[in-house]
Amino acid sequence: MNDIEMTLKNAALDLPTETPDLTRRAEAEGLIDVAYASVDSPLGPLVVAATPKGLVRVSYTEFRGEDEVLEELARRVSPRVLAAPARLDPVRRELDEYFEGRREDFDVPIDWSYLAGFTREVLRATARIGFGEVSSYAGVAAEAGSPRAVRAAGNALGSNPMPVVVPCHRVLRSGGKLGGYTGGLERKEFLLRLEGALL
Amino acid sequence: MKLPPFQALLDEHRADIYRFCVATVGPAEADDCFQETWISALRAYPNLRRGDNLRAWLFRIAQNKSIDLHRARGRRAVPVGAVPERPTTSPTDADPELWERVRDLPTKQRTAVFCRSVLGMPYDELAVLLESSEDAARRNVHEGLKRLKEELS
Repeated sequence: MNDIEMTLKNAALDLPTETPDLTRRAEAEGLIDVAYASVDSPLGPLVVAATPKGLVRVSYTEFRGEDEVLEELARRVSPRVLAAPARLDPVRRELDEYFEGRREDFDVPIDWSYLAGFTREVLRATARIGFGEVSSYAGVAAEAGSPRAVRAAGNALGSNPMPVVVPCHRVLRSGGKLGGYTGGLERKEFLLRLEGALL
Repeated sequence: MKLPPFQALLDEHRADIYRFCVATVGPAEADDCFQETWISALRAYPNLRRGDNLRAWLFRIAQNKSIDLHRARGRRAVPVGAVPERPTTSPTDADPELWERVRDLPTKQRTAVFCRSVLGMPYDELAVLLESSEDAARRNVHEGLKRLKEELS
């Protein structure tokens, strides 16, 4: 029996492995709940992900591996996560323009539906801070409707799933200290310099 | 219950599913079989109750698609009395004779032979795929290989 198994195994090595494209059809049938792509930036590679409603994730790949981010999206949003770079083209374009200094505000829609409660309010307040401006943890806490929840505001910012686009880098500690940044403080400094908020 | 991102499944199994399609329905219909399999899987994925045995689940879908395509092929078969024509094989089908024999096996034997001999799938996994006992899975492999051996000798 072994020889026929060997024959099959060897013959299978010659079977084609170049597979047809699936993305177009999956997209046409509305089966991609989370589309993602990798985007280069001066801060290193980013993973960006969107639902049909809008952006849900931006992540520094050097800070958190792509696999981990995709698993988190599978759990939090939907397991129908697929690489579909074309769907992220608008985000990619806007990020490029931003990093080249040609764009101050992001116009791509954001899908807020996977954020809830105070976190969502804090991040929405953060999204209203303009290019080149800064606020404080106390400031966004107040904007979000709970002036005394400064620590909770800090936690919400630390969990920001869309850094750069939701500009949590514009939130500093009272007194002008930088505070923290998911992705590393050097990235926060880079962004604030790019915007002229830090010399 | 934790399901991996669908892309991870695709990256891990796409080449094997494609080879299965070529081996079991032929190169001409392999692309259809491949696409139908993955689109069906993607459609059903969020409602899957269990995250284990995902490979067996995928190959069961592929097997079902291969049955559909076999039926379609049967409907297009030449009428009785006409000169039987051998299906044309594309140049990518490296050993057309062997795979034609595999294609002629009963469905479960066909699946069992491919998954066991080519992929080295364990019998407990194969049993899940075939929705049978492990013994039955073993028998399908055995019978399939025996028949191939006879036909090719």
